[in-house]
Amino acid sequence: MGADIHTSTLTVTRYLEGEPATIELGQRMSRAITKVFSESDASLGVVIYLQGDLGAGKTTFSRGLLTGFGHHGAVKSPTYTLVEPYEQLSPRVYHFDLYRLADPEELEFMGIRDYFEGQSVCLMEWPSRGEGFLPPADIMIDISVKAPGRSALLTALNSKGEGILTSFLS
Amino acid sequence: MRVLGIETSCDETGVAIYDSEQGLLADALYSQVKLHAEYGGVVPELASRDHVRKLLPMIESVLKQADLTTGHIDGIAYTSGPGLIGALMVGACFGRSLAYAWGKPAIGVHHMEGHLLAPMLEDNPPEFPFVALLVSGGHTQLVQVEAIGQYRLLGESLDDAAGEAFDKAAKMLDLDYPGGPHIARLAESGTSGRFTFPRPMVDRPGLDFSFSGLKTFTLNTVAAHALDDGLPDDQTCADIAHAFQEAVVQTLAIKCRRALSETGYKTLVIAGGVSANIRLRDVLVKELARVGGSVFYARHQFCTDNGAMIAYAGCQRLLAGQQDKLAVNVKPRWPMDTLSPLL
Repeated sequence: MGADIHTSTLTVTRYLEGEPATIELGQRMSRAITKVFSESDASLGVVIYLQGDLGAGKTTFSRGLLTGFGHHGAVKSPTYTLVEPYEQLSPRVYHFDLYRLADPEELEFMGIRDYFEGQSVCLMEWPSRGEGFLPPADIMIDISVKAPGRSALLTALNSKGEGILTSFLS
Repeated sequence: MRVLGIETSCDETGVAIYDSEQGLLADALYSQVKLHAEYGGVVPELASRDHVRKLLPMIESVLKQADLTTGHIDGIAYTSGPGLIGALMVGACFGRSLAYAWGKPAIGVHHMEGHLLAPMLEDNPPEFPFVALLVSGGHTQLVQVEAIGQYRLLGESLDDAAGEAFDKAAKMLDLDYPGGPHIARLAESGTSGRFTFPRPMVDRPGLDFSFSGLKTFTLNTVAAHALDDGLPDDQTCADIAHAFQEAVVQTLAIKCRRALSETGYKTLVIAGGVSANIRLRDVLVKELARVGGSVFYARHQFCTDNGAMIAYAGCQRLLAGQQDKLAVNVKPRWPMDTLSPLL
């Protein structure tokens, strides 16, 4: 989990006028990830940091991403469980919410490293609470309030992230 | 039969003794909420270590309270899921091992079954069948209950639990954790009708809930009225708390009514931390009285996590001859409708 010194200039900004647009953003991201997984022999997973204040739309984005991967049904908040696994999906998705985590070292006790093995997608809400114990992100998504809607800033943080964002734009 | 109940699924350590003839004999609770408030959140590993520290003295204390010795206990019940795995492991290992050492039967109890049966500890318990609304920080579910162990999930939250929505709205209004009681207190001085929050999913058929959108609505309302320090004035905060609570309560009430009409049942049980909300109780009692139904809930201290409900639920299962083998099994995720009936 070394520091990633890659500096990327690939960013995408999207204005989201409402919930459907946030869902669509998540679904489009899932298609881009699926495409990158299918084109490379990527044995490693994708890590996405998802940032934004309470109520910004992180849950909605997560629902879009998961339904994009073929999930049906509830997308339960992982706030109290820390992680909700979706292991029946391909790729497997782990939805983390570190909001209630007080000490990042706690992640070691819950076996955080196991989640990043193999072809999986780890979506991490409130990644700052796990600083030092999380692998670096491939993509960072920031959702902020921009009345009357939201603004989403997508940043590729390494070449894998660039591949995904390029696919996202194509 | 006298059963020692142990609850350690999250951040409360609960221990109690229930007697099938004499009722509840002793009950003790240790809450880590203050400890976690200092850290600004839950610390799962710390929670587990705290359960380890508290269990033995608490068991000694309930035995003393009930004026009993270890030989008077006929069985041990412990929460085996759902919950935080480390926290569950402590209670389950402890309970299972103690029962082995004492040569008594042991049984793992479903945490939500414990909540659902908590009103049975009261003087005027509900009769089966009923509809149960389980509302807490981690759960929002409507369950059709034919008898102990015979559950059918009618609906649940598709995203955040109701208690979680309270916690997060409280955070936006700069109130402490857990948010429910703080929102409720602030809502008392709120003006009715100044804000109207959406009632999520009430216009759609079915019995599922969604509370995530209320977060967004709360955030937008707070932002629209924020002063220089980022918060609206005190009265506006109270008005927002009022409107928020009203939206959650009315949404829950509408779905409860719908669940009763779909099942044809007349009895509603509300359980879990949010069932302590006075406004929710009042609205449900009034609404159900109109249609000849009645609402049951546990005393305040048994709405949140406690050992008494686990001792009660475990006692019923042990009386029916069920017991766990020697292996310790915990289930962080455990759907209620997979539980076995009491046959």
